[in-house]
Amino acid sequence: MSPLELVRFAVGAIAAHPMRSALTSLGVVIGVAAVIMMTSIGLGAQQRVEQALSSLGTNMLVVRPGPARGPGSGFVRGAAGAGESLTLDDATAMQSLDGVLAVAPTVNGSAQLVAGGANWNSRVEGVTPEYLVARDLNIAAGAMWGEGDLRRTVAVLGPTVVTELFGEGADPIGQRIRVGSVPFTVVGVLESKGQSGFQDQDDIVLMPLEAARSRVVGRRARGDSVNQVYVKAVDEDALYWLEQDVAELLRQRHRIQPGQDDDFNVQNMTAIQEAAQSSTATFTILLAAVAGVSLVVGGVGIMNIMLVSVTERTREIGLRMAIGARRADVLIQFALESVALSLLGGLIGLAIGVGGGLLMSKIGDWPAAIPVWAAPLAIGFSMFVGVVFGAYPAWRAARLDPIEALRRE
Amino acid sequence: MIEIEDLTRVYVMGDERIHALAGVSLDVARGEHLAIIGPSGSGKSTLMNILGGLDRPTSGAYRFENEEVARFDDDQLADFRNRRIGFVFQSFQLLPRLNAVQNVELPMIYAGVEPAERRARAVELLQRVGLGDRLQNRPTQMSGGQQQRVAIARALANRPDLLLADEPTGALDQATGQEVLALFDELNAQGLTLCIVTHDSGVAARARRRVAFRDGRIVSDDGARR
Repeated sequence: MSPLELVRFAVGAIAAHPMRSALTSLGVVIGVAAVIMMTSIGLGAQQRVEQALSSLGTNMLVVRPGPARGPGSGFVRGAAGAGESLTLDDATAMQSLDGVLAVAPTVNGSAQLVAGGANWNSRVEGVTPEYLVARDLNIAAGAMWGEGDLRRTVAVLGPTVVTELFGEGADPIGQRIRVGSVPFTVVGVLESKGQSGFQDQDDIVLMPLEAARSRVVGRRARGDSVNQVYVKAVDEDALYWLEQDVAELLRQRHRIQPGQDDDFNVQNMTAIQEAAQSSTATFTILLAAVAGVSLVVGGVGIMNIMLVSVTERTREIGLRMAIGARRADVLIQFALESVALSLLGGLIGLAIGVGGGLLMSKIGDWPAAIPVWAAPLAIGFSMFVGVVFGAYPAWRAARLDPIEALRRE
Repeated sequence: MIEIEDLTRVYVMGDERIHALAGVSLDVARGEHLAIIGPSGSGKSTLMNILGGLDRPTSGAYRFENEEVARFDDDQLADFRNRRIGFVFQSFQLLPRLNAVQNVELPMIYAGVEPAERRARAVELLQRVGLGDRLQNRPTQMSGGQQQRVAIARALANRPDLLLADEPTGALDQATGQEVLALFDELNAQGLTLCIVTHDSGVAARARRRVAFRDGRIVSDDGARR
């Protein structure tokens, strides 16, 4: 007999009990929707972490005062004044190391900005012009101040700050703003690095290091201490050696004896990126695996109903055999029924999963990451579940004795 | 058409061996109208199951048109039931989801008949059994006699050589039972070989040959020709 007829038998049987079929499929609906939603959340998180980390810069070391902290604490700022062991001279000394592309010492804090009637609170970083190189930043308008101008009261603004103080698309070059109580002249605007990340990368004010330290960020015990030094290597190979060389250099300069704890720490941003990426990937797999369990539960639901169905339709099976159905015909008919139920669930689950994923990305300001393989995955997996969990009931149906089956009430 | 020699069928139930058929020999010629009678447990249903290819004998020979049916495998038996045999059951055994035409089409689907052809034939058969105005009715919308006539139309779908009926009037009242039997007579008159299993003497009386069973053996056969 033709396979098309078997498909029609299966569809007919499913259509005969719409409510039961819908409830049976529900397990697979939930399973597939969960897998797709969880995967899209995981991938969305992964993309977001990647964006955040890559905006920190590549091939970069961050040197901070104070002893090394636990892994991942690079994102957490130490308490104010936690360490003042890192100085401008340390940064200058690093410049002569091999494989260095740029060294950028910074001091940072936050300050209230005022321009005309507008107020905005923003991150303030006192930097050297090298900072642009170290952090992969570009100037969109105006210019960076020159070397040696470390005390001038000039500022380069991030796009967000420009929008908040002067309005969208305004040209702030030459305008005066107050940072805290100190007037600064705007000389440049940074190119946008995007809104993504754990913080808005564009919400920043750059100013000369000395000006920031003496007039904005506040006095420190040591006049020449800095909050951190960004060291950018020429390439990834150089980064590895540079990490050791920076540490060695600082140990010498700070006269740290062997066995004594360092009073600084060096973080390799590339290593942190890799670790974060692999942990979000693991997180994604974990989510998908948990969701996959519900798909298995859905399959068990199908098997349960198919077994009930085989028992209920014992006489039908006997009759079909009596009028000429081969065992294989019966087997395929029932297997197709469970595959069709499961596939139905898979398609509905796909729609719900994609819809839910998009909705969540909207609600959570999350990059929408519905993988392209979601559709073939949903279809393939639900059919697989149908085959696996339909096989036993179908086998039970096919091995019925027609005489016994016809006699069954 | 049918040659049966020394057929036995033994069921093993626990330690007990039950001889449902204990050495049965029977020949049936094409066009015969045969009634198999006997009390329940006499082996007549077992013989019918073997004749219809639903069961295999424990020993003995069963030749149908010179084919050794007793040696068929499962698929060969399925095809044998499909093309050679038409079954009519006491409880009709129609599929409740399907209407009359769809029920009659079922054996033709398994035979691989094209949709248009099998639909036309189903309609033709239903008209022949007097149900031309009930084509779209489902079994629940029909009386017992009408359901049995749908079942007969279904049994005729693949132009079988042999129609096997197991107590075909058992679930019908007297009048509709007579109608069904009249339909059988008519089919037999057109050349169809009929074998009816019954313990109703009225049904048996209409057959042209009666084979009586008791304890797995034939005890009388008023039409044996040898």
